[in-house]
Amino acid sequence: MWEVVDLFPTKEEWNKALAERHGKVLQKAFSSATVAICGLGGLGSHIAISLARAGLGKLILIDFDKVDVTNLHRQQYKANQIGSNKTDALSENLKEIAPHINLEAHTVRITEKNAAGLLKDAEIICEAFDDAEAKAMLTNLVLEAMPEKFLVAASGMAGFGSANTVKTRRITSKFYLCGDEVSDVQSEGSLVSSRVMLCAAHQAHTVLRILAEKFETE
Amino acid sequence: MVKINGKELNIAGKTVAEYLLTTPYDPKRIAVERNGDIVPKSQYGKTILKDGDSVEVVSFVGGG
Repeated sequence: MWEVVDLFPTKEEWNKALAERHGKVLQKAFSSATVAICGLGGLGSHIAISLARAGLGKLILIDFDKVDVTNLHRQQYKANQIGSNKTDALSENLKEIAPHINLEAHTVRITEKNAAGLLKDAEIICEAFDDAEAKAMLTNLVLEAMPEKFLVAASGMAGFGSANTVKTRRITSKFYLCGDEVSDVQSEGSLVSSRVMLCAAHQAHTVLRILAEKFETE
Repeated sequence: MVKINGKELNIAGKTVAEYLLTTPYDPKRIAVERNGDIVPKSQYGKTILKDGDSVEVVSFVGGG
């Protein structure tokens, strides 16, 4: 596993650079936040990297899967990480970018039984699965059983449709949905990094906007 | 009238479950919001839609 080495910026230098970029108030809000990312594929790996760069305090990373050659076209892994747990590979990549970030990784499949324990410390939860039924399961579970938490979910980023159709909508005061809401990977037959990254960027940006208390009105 | 995904429908008095049966939605892929709150799955059969209700059915598609 990666270790902080002497050449890396110290935590103070890192925080100072972020405060210069975001302002002290937002830097504090970001650095004291805990966000869970459920699924570390095309969406989750990109969300994690955006949030780490923004100076998020702690990320809870959850995925049961290993890096596969079929992931590399759209997910933030490297060829030399094939075969590694996604939790381990992404933790390594995040530590290279943001050496002081606090990471909690769980190599498990999220179920209705274990979700409450896995997600208990997160104030915002990103749904970043690829399976539609799993997306709906987590969405209903979080909104029914964890009403104090925010959920930022994704639906519709497959295919080669216009980038401009990917958007963020507020469904309830705690539930935000990103994507074009219609482009299914089954019917579109393709999933490219550029469009998945757009959706992941909407999710990561929604997390930062929630932390900055800039809420969507619709 | 009940507003569902922006469309006014004459279905006041029906339950959420009864309404869903008239649609092509896959119940395993949806979340239902009513007047700003999520409707728990276990309450679909008990939640009666009223005049003036605003409902949104979010139907998830695959990919991520």
